Amino acid sequence: MDGSSQKTPAPRNVLIVGVGGQGVILVSKVLALICQRQGLEVKQSEVHGMAKRGGGVFSHVRFGPKVWSPTIPQGEADVLLAMEWSEGLRWLNHLRRDGGTFIADTRRIVPPFAFRSRKYGSRSSYSPEAPREVMEMVGSGYALDASRIATDLGEARAANTVLLGVLSMALDFPVEDWREVIAGTVPAKALEVNRLAFEAGRDWVEAMRAIPLAERLRDLPGRAAEAESLPPKEIRFAITAEWCKGCDICVKMCPERCLRLNDQLVAELTDPAACTGCRICEWLCPDFAIRVQRVPALEPVG
Amino acid sequence: MDAEAQIRESGASHDEAAARRELNAVTTRPMIGNEAIARGAWEAGVRVAAAYPGTPSTEIMEFLGEFPDSDVKAQWSTNEKVAMDVAIGGSFAGVRALTAMKHVGLNVASDPLMSQTYIGVNGGLVIVVCDDPGIHSSQNEQDTRLFARFAQVPVLEPSDAQEALDYTRWAFEISEQFDTPVIVRSTTRLSHTRSPVTTGPRVEREPLGFNDDPVKNVIIPAHARLAHPRVLEREAKLAAYFDDPDFTRWEEGDTTVGVITVSTAYAYVKEVLPEAATLKLAASYPLPMERIRAFCQSVERVLVIEELEPVVETALHAAGIAAEGKAWFSRVGEFSPEVVRDGLTRAGILEVGVAHEPWAVTPTMRPPVLCSGCPHTTAYMAVRAVDGRVAGDIGCYTLAAVDPLKAIDTCVSMGSSIGNAVGLYKAGHETRPIIATIGDSTFLHGGIPALIDAVYNEADITVMILDNHIVAMTGGQDHPGTGKTLRGEETHRIDFEEMVRACGVRWVRTVDAYDVASVYQSLREAIEHRGVSVVVTNRPCVLDPVKIKGAPMRVRADGCTACQSCMNLGCPSIGWSDEMLDGFHKVTIDESTCIGCTLCAQICPSDCIRPAAG
Repeated sequence: MDGSSQKTPAPRNVLIVGVGGQGVILVSKVLALICQRQGLEVKQSEVHGMAKRGGGVFSHVRFGPKVWSPTIPQGEADVLLAMEWSEGLRWLNHLRRDGGTFIADTRRIVPPFAFRSRKYGSRSSYSPEAPREVMEMVGSGYALDASRIATDLGEARAANTVLLGVLSMALDFPVEDWREVIAGTVPAKALEVNRLAFEAGRDWVEAMRAIPLAERLRDLPGRAAEAESLPPKEIRFAITAEWCKGCDICVKMCPERCLRLNDQLVAELTDPAACTGCRICEWLCPDFAIRVQRVPALEPVG
Repeated sequence: MDAEAQIRESGASHDEAAARRELNAVTTRPMIGNEAIARGAWEAGVRVAAAYPGTPSTEIMEFLGEFPDSDVKAQWSTNEKVAMDVAIGGSFAGVRALTAMKHVGLNVASDPLMSQTYIGVNGGLVIVVCDDPGIHSSQNEQDTRLFARFAQVPVLEPSDAQEALDYTRWAFEISEQFDTPVIVRSTTRLSHTRSPVTTGPRVEREPLGFNDDPVKNVIIPAHARLAHPRVLEREAKLAAYFDDPDFTRWEEGDTTVGVITVSTAYAYVKEVLPEAATLKLAASYPLPMERIRAFCQSVERVLVIEELEPVVETALHAAGIAAEGKAWFSRVGEFSPEVVRDGLTRAGILEVGVAHEPWAVTPTMRPPVLCSGCPHTTAYMAVRAVDGRVAGDIGCYTLAAVDPLKAIDTCVSMGSSIGNAVGLYKAGHETRPIIATIGDSTFLHGGIPALIDAVYNEADITVMILDNHIVAMTGGQDHPGTGKTLRGEETHRIDFEEMVRACGVRWVRTVDAYDVASVYQSLREAIEHRGVSVVVTNRPCVLDPVKIKGAPMRVRADGCTACQSCMNLGCPSIGWSDEMLDGFHKVTIDESTCIGCTLCAQICPSDCIRPAAG
């Protein structure tokens, strides 16, 4: 049996992804309303729960004469609309290989997790891939700084609507339907800026289409040059036990929580590997009992 | 009545009639499964509805609360057992009643359910249970269908939002016709997928009145012995009842493989294997074995495709039917078209598809975090500082178990923290201070009996009640500690200090969760106290009921020593700046998301975090 043969035409799939608070659900609702106007069946599926707490948010929108599964199978998204750069990368494999359109805001929302390693010389673990290389790899789609376009219009929060403008160019629904549904969805006082944002998104695509792909790619941001690796540094932690009165300040204030009081009530370093040599303990010790050296030392300024 | 009043009166009733017409209108519009369930219950004439919030079931009661109070008394209860008892009370009184909960909520409510299955119903009694295959936001992925089998109550499993409405309405009919509570089982995917639903009018029903029949209503041993055989008879009658094309839909197709499926798995089967003969079940317990047997005999090979446990498959095996299922489809996790396709491929039914080499990209890990300004943060900074052995509980604050707060040692179930702490103490060898941390709503849900237990059994523990004035995890619902009802009306507000003292606790203090020093100090004093001590940290959630946004803070880069103490808060507004100091990143605050809680400023050792303005 061939599972892909179906009597009714296969549904179209738009996957909308981003970070909690960006308006992923709002954008997918707008799309669902527009599909409904075309008399299509729409299923829109999202997972709540962690969305509000800085986690990734995704919404599957499927529409057609008949839609069964509420979720889009991997490799079958006709459009992947990413409101945040790294979230787009996370879902990239859901994009159809034969002509799927990747629309990505190049905005980066860097989670605290990316700064987990605070060791000397460590770097953020945020996705290193830059728009130029990814768009080159995927081959079809748009990477744009929608937040900047929206900010230039005077309302950073209208970035969603800029992306809706771009999305409207990737789907063949009457533009009037888009305009009316957006007007009916956004708050009345933000009507004008959202109207402008929608048109700005469309104009941006229009302008891009006039530019050959190679040139468009060249203008996208490339990967940041690897920062020069820092010379190795040794951290020497020393405590003068006779001066320590066990006040506990260093233990409480150590950002890496690698100090404790031993059974003589003298501070000691329990986990040298965790110590970043930040020197908080040295500076806060009321008895000058702690000395942290970073060798070689910092060059004097000037 | 004077003429003017009469006009006012008729005007009001005119508006009322219009509103009623609008409510009853037959329309087709997109709804999430939970809204459809609420709508189905309302259309069935439900009059009493109670729930405790729990993802993915929460919206059911919220949507019910949007219908007029004169139609349905909808309420948040303190926990699922109470909610179940309230619904049972409604049924006793002869009106249709509903309770809704997440899968693990049914564990809490299972005690009354196991009795009520013997007692039966007066007014229709429907229990909506939302399972969470894939564990999107839960502590396990238990399958409620096993519970239905255990309690011997029928379980209906809609596959989309329209069925969610229809089955909920049906459930009330079945409940009354067969004298049984009925479970409607949803899943995260169904509860939170929006698809078109055609509505109908509400069928208003006269209350039946209390049925004065102690042999039925009072479940003592003598009565229970009479009831149990009735439950078994009911099971057989229900199986026969479900042997109906409306409930157990036989879709003709290719008979080389016949698929028996249920719930949202049906949608995935139709997506992936649309041409196969399919038997779509509305109820997975009790099963209409005659019809199933006939279907199985009509096809060459039988596949059972069901999410989680092999409930249907096992029943088929017990009936001597050769069916395949979990040999190809996992018992773990959520289904999707991909999962079903993979299973069918393993079973040799579908050809192996073309696999693409995945794109070589490295998405950023983005685990959920406590919000900017979350008042729970301080409590966990403090328990770290006292090096506590921390029994945690269920709520947003469970996120403090991971980096960077890493301050929770256990998390079991709603309200478990305090009992766990008592046990840790009783084991007798813990050298670190034993602390239970529990949210306001979780404390009211399941913490109070445990606190009394701790006092009664003289445990030396400290309980921190993290009062953020809301059920935050599920999106901001009211509870008895907020002083507001489901419908937002003012009501009696539980005072935590009063409550705790009434339980016999002698040491209790309420502190401002944004005052780091007082939280530290109070916790230290509380630990010094021998016996049960309680610290209530008090600050509203920054998201609900109102989104808090104060004047943001800013890092004075020249003063920042790159010690990264502030990063220990795990605040999503604090990140690295591009500026380095001797190989370490200085920090910066995203002023668009900072709410100005000042926690970072309070813990900054070099005092370089100040209000951005001025």
